[in-house]
Amino acid sequence: MQTLKEIQESIIEEFAIFSDWTEKYEYIIDLGKSLPLIEPQHKTDENIVKGCQSNVWLHADFQDGKMIYKADGDAIITKGIIALLLRVYSNQSPKEIVNSDLSFIDSIGLKEHLSPTRANGLVAIVKRIRIEAIARTK
Amino acid sequence: MGINIDKIRADFPILQRKVNDVPLIYLDNAATSQTPKQVIDTIANYYAKYNANIHRGVHTLSQEATELYEGARKNIQTYFNAKESHEIIFTSGTTHGINLVASGYASLLNKGEELIVSEIEHHSNIVPWQMLCEQTGAELKVIPMNINGELEMSAFDRLLNAKTRLVVVNHVSNALGTINPIKEIIKKAHAVNAKVLIDGAQAAPHIKADFQEIDVDFYTVSAHKMYGPTGVGFLYGKEELLNSLPPYQGGGEMIHEVTFEKTTYAELPHKFEAGTPNISGGIAFGATIDFIKGIGIDNIANHEKTLLEYATKSLLNIEGLHIYGNVANKTAVISFNIEGIHPYDLGNILDKLGIAVRTGHHCAQPIMSYYNIPGTVRASFAVYNTLSEIDTLVKGIQKAITLLK
Repeated sequence: MQTLKEIQESIIEEFAIFSDWTEKYEYIIDLGKSLPLIEPQHKTDENIVKGCQSNVWLHADFQDGKMIYKADGDAIITKGIIALLLRVYSNQSPKEIVNSDLSFIDSIGLKEHLSPTRANGLVAIVKRIRIEAIARTK
Repeated sequence: MGINIDKIRADFPILQRKVNDVPLIYLDNAATSQTPKQVIDTIANYYAKYNANIHRGVHTLSQEATELYEGARKNIQTYFNAKESHEIIFTSGTTHGINLVASGYASLLNKGEELIVSEIEHHSNIVPWQMLCEQTGAELKVIPMNINGELEMSAFDRLLNAKTRLVVVNHVSNALGTINPIKEIIKKAHAVNAKVLIDGAQAAPHIKADFQEIDVDFYTVSAHKMYGPTGVGFLYGKEELLNSLPPYQGGGEMIHEVTFEKTTYAELPHKFEAGTPNISGGIAFGATIDFIKGIGIDNIANHEKTLLEYATKSLLNIEGLHIYGNVANKTAVISFNIEGIHPYDLGNILDKLGIAVRTGHHCAQPIMSYYNIPGTVRASFAVYNTLSEIDTLVKGIQKAITLLK
């Protein structure tokens, strides 16, 4: 089982092979297309984060000391980035999530997607991932 | 064609810049237009040569700054054919102008009276009126739109009655580009003694409104959508109407005399201009008017019509592309979606290609609800855009489709 840090490092390694933005986006788009990330019953109003640009859903569970996150988005690029976030954060302990940083997003050149001006719901998703984890550390 | 696009483009320094290593193609003009060097230089000059507070200094700088600021007001008055220059109130923009009037009407409206807005408004021309209705107990009525993005004028006729106090509509829709028949709306509203406020933010860069000719009661504009700086705009109001409204904000400049027993207010326009205004912005707004006059608004409109027709035709060749807002009388705005593609995704790929468009609900959620869509991609054109930029947009969209589908 990889640690949160190790997963971030392997994502950075994977992205290093892309020579231009097109390849990078093709990969993110494929991630966005391939994964069913959330069960329909969890796509509720309670779990929705409405962005100006796109909507996202996040559902959190706590099992055997690990956080299990399910999420979805209506825009495919947003969904692809959510898939990366889930790969990093899901199945990790709350403590590790709370103590982590998000620098890998910067390292793979996708920082702009986590800018508040994008209003795509991703900033709120990251915040909720942490809040759900903080709640389980108490 | 009376204009030289290369010469006009040379006036806009930002058009030289690259985004993601490719030359910028700026098609988000309905959100904010770019600024020519004539306007940028005016702002720099103000701070380099005249910076002083206006209307209250005996010293030379203050007098020079005041003259320039009041000269800009006069320039705006003449351009839009207002009767008096004090009918032009400088504001921070259109939203401020709308809120100023809405706030003033709080003391003039009674429970049971009615306001009419339309379904194709920007949130800025909906929310202040909802707040006003909540405060006063007046009722908000809505002119519906049809599938083409036009106001249903027969429904407007039915909404108008003796209880109608105010009708507020935009001259041009920001999300769809529809040019509304404001002259007819004003005439009909006046027939039942209602007043009319027109949100002119999206019209001013493309159409010159003649305030006296259309007999409008209030008209409000932002400079930054018409090649001017951000943070400045104006509200036009007929003198007797502006006099009937109470002051909006208290402070310096807006007073005649202050005592703790009773303060009396200054004459128009100062009554509505509390505090030190955006002086450089106001002066640069004057330079903006000069810039537009230099090209000629009709020449601008003709060029944009060519762009709109070419872009509409080119975009409709793309399979699955649907344009929202299909009226003959519209400005150079194209709101569209492509089947199976989220507008946010398309906007992202276009940005990577150096093409700036707007995506989302454009602060006009009622329109998006009408079409039952999360948002659109909006390409909006200005005088400096070219046919070859439209070709690049089409190629960009095709590339995005290949990536996303």
